[in-house]
Amino acid sequence: MTVTATPVANGVNVEALLGARDALGETPEAGRFTWRATNEWVHGTHSRSSVEGYFGLGEEHNHKAAYDFEADHPLVFAAEDNAATPVEIVLVGLASCLTAGVAAVAQNREIQLRSVKATVEGDMDIAGILGADPDVRNGFSDIRVTYDIDADGSPEDIEALVAQSQKRSAVFDIVTNPTNVRVAVA
Amino acid sequence: MHVDAVVIGAGHAGLAVSRLLTARSIEHVVLERGEVAQSWRTQRWDSLRLLTPNWLTRLPGLEYDGDDPDGFMTMPEVIDFIDRYALLADAPVRTNTRVAALRPADDGFRVETDRGEWTCRTAVLATGGFNLPRVPPLVAGLPNSIDSVTPYDYRRPSDLAEGGVLVVGASATGIQLAEEIHASGRPVTLAVGEHVRMVRTYRGKDVQWWMLRTGRLDERYDQVEDLARARRVPSPQLIGSPERRTLDLNGLADQGVRLAGRLAGASGSTLQFSGSLRNKCQLADLKLGRLLDEFDEWARQAGCNGEFGPAHRPEPTRVEDSPLLTLDLSRGEIKTVLWATGFDPDYSWLEVPVLDRKGRLRHQGGVVTDWPGMYRIGLNFLRRRKSSFIHGAGDDARDLVDHLESHLRRRVPAGVC
Repeated sequence: MTVTATPVANGVNVEALLGARDALGETPEAGRFTWRATNEWVHGTHSRSSVEGYFGLGEEHNHKAAYDFEADHPLVFAAEDNAATPVEIVLVGLASCLTAGVAAVAQNREIQLRSVKATVEGDMDIAGILGADPDVRNGFSDIRVTYDIDADGSPEDIEALVAQSQKRSAVFDIVTNPTNVRVAVA
Repeated sequence: MHVDAVVIGAGHAGLAVSRLLTARSIEHVVLERGEVAQSWRTQRWDSLRLLTPNWLTRLPGLEYDGDDPDGFMTMPEVIDFIDRYALLADAPVRTNTRVAALRPADDGFRVETDRGEWTCRTAVLATGGFNLPRVPPLVAGLPNSIDSVTPYDYRRPSDLAEGGVLVVGASATGIQLAEEIHASGRPVTLAVGEHVRMVRTYRGKDVQWWMLRTGRLDERYDQVEDLARARRVPSPQLIGSPERRTLDLNGLADQGVRLAGRLAGASGSTLQFSGSLRNKCQLADLKLGRLLDEFDEWARQAGCNGEFGPAHRPEPTRVEDSPLLTLDLSRGEIKTVLWATGFDPDYSWLEVPVLDRKGRLRHQGGVVTDWPGMYRIGLNFLRRRKSSFIHGAGDDARDLVDHLESHLRRRVPAGVC
């Protein structure tokens, strides 16, 4: 009897990613990307953002389509709650990035995933944004991400997947480390 | 003066190369800026001991012959050991001869020193991998009231100002200095980035014994999956002590050292630490677990499981719920910042175009393939995982001297007919 191993298929093209890493060793400038979004006020705290073009590998690119995002503030802030709050979108960005990383690392380590679910919570004391207490920061004081993963791997393998995903995550880095931000008026 | 080979640096690696060159009657000279074992004499703190046990501290032709094979050499003992080796190897060392430039010449290289010039067909760079303390650019913005110290300036805690100390970096250097400085009554905050957690002994044997016996120390540069990464791995959290004790972040926290994330930036006088401490600790815990699993598996397969103590796992690293994220240096709590952030080799004298865009030497296992006749020894994972250890120099030196000898044989020097 022959046993044919089923190839692990998480839908991530790891060969292409590793190839890109090797290529960057030769042409590091190709790795410099610029991501962009536009944002326009609608009404009240409601605004609409769009992403379409970005720069990388030495040239301009476009997504397959323009992607739009709405944001607003909730009713408890006396707003209209037309969409998610910006801070929730940050949590969405973090979870999306970590989950993408889990899939990529699992593919590279030949671990078949069946389901990956994450819950993200961010604690915030709004005394900061209201200017009520100068000792309280505006942003999150604590963020917790909990993963529920069903995969062909030991509990240690899965812990290592999630740990490695954080290590390689752009949004995890953005959230955990300071970034220089310049806001100008055109 | 013309020789077949110039070896630059009379540390353990340069001397090992010299001994093997002598054994093959290859005419050479070893140029040394100071004394034999200069870095060990001048750039080490008082309490430092080797991270490798005495029984493993050996060079081609010299084994440890003292009465404490499981101990760890102090710096005076290391210097004695290397001095003995220089005598044994009868190495043609020119001390106090500083190389100002190594340049290409017609048939090899020209070496300019403050004591004359040599020409040579081959050159071996044995100048060490840890010449220049690596200090992040944000040092420039520190308040003037803060003393900034590197491990090369540091000798003992009492030399530091009274008051708090921020130790940046939690590799072997960082954890050792954090412990002794904190014990001196200067409260230490330790900034912890990516690190390699280690145990001193496992199941009754030194961790280096396991690394050796399982073959990990002999893993070759052309066998590892990601060589660039293997060469970048920080030094493991180890200390050499008479008690053979483990020192890890839990131990430091128990002694009262405050742990923060990687030093990520500064805003005015306020330092900012990464919120990734938990992730970095978990990565290190998991990696240590995998290493110990490998040891257990090796013992089982070798059929000698019964010879060791029971398998065990160290307690996971404890991370506070809300580790420190910012530290305002203007508050006066911190008087000194100690940069245990790694070291780089110094190639400022190297006038041969063999460095990459980040200033690293391009080489294949110590053979500088872009410039035939040039060799490098004594870098992290140069040819093997053990390459940066004293005992790692022997096998690397043998391979490189083999290559060097065949290079010398390859062609007749120009102008001889």
